[in-house]
Amino acid sequence: MAMLEIRDIHTYYGNIHALKGISVEVERGEIVTIIGANGAGKSTLLKTASGILRPRSGSIRLEGRELTRLAPHEVVREGIVQVPEGRRIFGRLTVLENLDMGAFTCSDRRRNAANLERVFTLFPRLKERSRQVAGTLSGGEQQMLAMGRALMANPKILLMDEPSMGLAPVLVDGIFETIRRLNEAGTTILLVEQNARMALQVARRGYVLQSGSILFSDAAAPLAENEMVRKAYLGEH
Amino acid sequence: MARLTRRKLTPTDIVMWTIGAILIALILWGSIATLARGAYSLDHWIDFTIFGLAQGSIYALIAMGYTMVYGVLRMINFAHSEVFMSGPYTAYYVAAYFYRSGLLEAHPVLSMTMVFLVSMAVSTLIAYLLEMIAYRPLRSAPRLVPLITAIGASFFLQYVFRGLYGSGFQAYPVIRALEGPMYIGPVRILKFQLLVIFAAALLMIALYQFTQRTRLGRALRSVSEDKEAAALMGVDVDRMISMTFMIGGAAAGAAGVLYAIMFKQVHFFMGFIPGLKAFTAAVLGGIGNIPGAMLGGIFLGLVESIGPSLFLDGLGITAPYQLKDAIAFTMLVLVLIFRPTGILGERLAVKKA
Ligand SMILES: Nc1ncnc2c1ncn2[C@@H]1O[C@H](COP(=O)(O)OP(=O)(O)OP(=O)(O)O)[C@@H](O)[C@H]1O
Ligand SMILES: [Mg+2]
Repeated sequence: MAMLEIRDIHTYYGNIHALKGISVEVERGEIVTIIGANGAGKSTLLKTASGILRPRSGSIRLEGRELTRLAPHEVVREGIVQVPEGRRIFGRLTVLENLDMGAFTCSDRRRNAANLERVFTLFPRLKERSRQVAGTLSGGEQQMLAMGRALMANPKILLMDEPSMGLAPVLVDGIFETIRRLNEAGTTILLVEQNARMALQVARRGYVLQSGSILFSDAAAPLAENEMVRKAYLGEH
Repeated sequence: MARLTRRKLTPTDIVMWTIGAILIALILWGSIATLARGAYSLDHWIDFTIFGLAQGSIYALIAMGYTMVYGVLRMINFAHSEVFMSGPYTAYYVAAYFYRSGLLEAHPVLSMTMVFLVSMAVSTLIAYLLEMIAYRPLRSAPRLVPLITAIGASFFLQYVFRGLYGSGFQAYPVIRALEGPMYIGPVRILKFQLLVIFAAALLMIALYQFTQRTRLGRALRSVSEDKEAAALMGVDVDRMISMTFMIGGAAAGAAGVLYAIMFKQVHFFMGFIPGLKAFTAAVLGGIGNIPGAMLGGIFLGLVESIGPSLFLDGLGITAPYQLKDAIAFTMLVLVLIFRPTGILGERLAVKKA
């Protein structure tokens, strides 16, 4: 049984049918990517999985537990943690306060201290700037903070919404390298990306999302070779 | 990050700035004339200042509620005046009972603590119910809707309390221990004013420390920045909003008793003017900003207390003290002309960009 099971989800904005029966599975220890163009419904899917949006039908299960009707703050406690699109760090809080917010659901001090140590090892830059107000960080540093903050919440699975968005190419490499390292250290990741090339390099499997439906899914390597994917998402002709 | 485009000077700006300049010129002229005439002694000015500090601390405490609610919901809770009134008005009956039974004389500290607790509890409860019943169902409605509801709720509460306790003024019992002056060095200060300043300062410091140093305070700040991101961190946003209203309510309930100690009466309409002043104070300080609300409240209290004598006396206006409300709102106009975001406010437009 897959760790995360998203079954036949239908999500609406008013009467706009944004997700039209989506099913996605993620096994423990995998990186799975969802690629798709602007407006395909990638963020909508992650928001539904996090409980921010209520699906009209379908189900979301983590390790067999039904989470479909939970509020977002309850979903986090179950172990689904999201790094939202656009980073959404708390700009007026310090770096350290942002990380403490990540640990909001966990009151085990020793565990929080260990997590903090881990985040600082992963992103030494954040340690240097821990007393700085987060709004003054650069885009790349803010993305590190967003990821670090999510790691503080002890995720069983990390949902990442376009972590490379708006970053310079050098930084993009660094972000994907971090994703790979996190995964090697045992974190399961569902990665939403428009940067299909990079995403398919780190992921084991991928789904192609278009206008609210899954077009097809496959292992990452064949997907990267797929004619249609190459044309539509890898910019090859 | 913030692109600084030079703002074009519109005719409205020119008119506003001219009005602002005239007001400032009048204030300066009046002040110089007053000081030149020397009609007031140093002791007078000290008295005005202390009274202003006491009055301003009360405004500041009430302003906490406006500014914190604005911080999390971006709405002005105009029924906050009534949250402020409900506590001390209810606690009046407790105070009156203690007075009749002699407990107030025998154990002033204990009985006043009880009065404070009752007032804070009632105001907290009213603020909580207000949010649950009147505002929560309208969370996703257009911004005008909760504003109108707030005004409706304000009238509703006024008339409920008038129905409950009557429409007359109730004289708050005098606390003997707080009567008369005391001296700090050469400065003479009325005991109850000292209590008001001291208690308000203590509460505001506690509140500020709560928001800055505690886990819940941090969550509160994160909710006021980005509700969805806060929820993704595991924060129950609805609970934090409830808590914000309750904290604002508790502060208003405490402010209400301080107000009753200072002016020795309560009334179902007593919230209106202090509420309006506290709202002004919150805007003066930069709405959404907690230290700003403290500063705005104290500034407003001082201006109201010193201003009439200082600005108006020199202009030959008789009975200047009648015009203290006009001075308070003139300050609001001035700040809004020259610094629309308030004294400590951030430029919201730039921050969003
Ligand atoms: N709040 C909303 N109200 C109405 N429609 C929305 C809302 N948010 C998204 N949509 C619509 O739902 C569809 C899917 O949007 P979504 O944000 O999930 O796309 P996305 O794949 O994440 O795109 P991007 O790559 O630009 O982030 C789009 O057509 C969008 O216009
Ligand atoms: Mg998106």
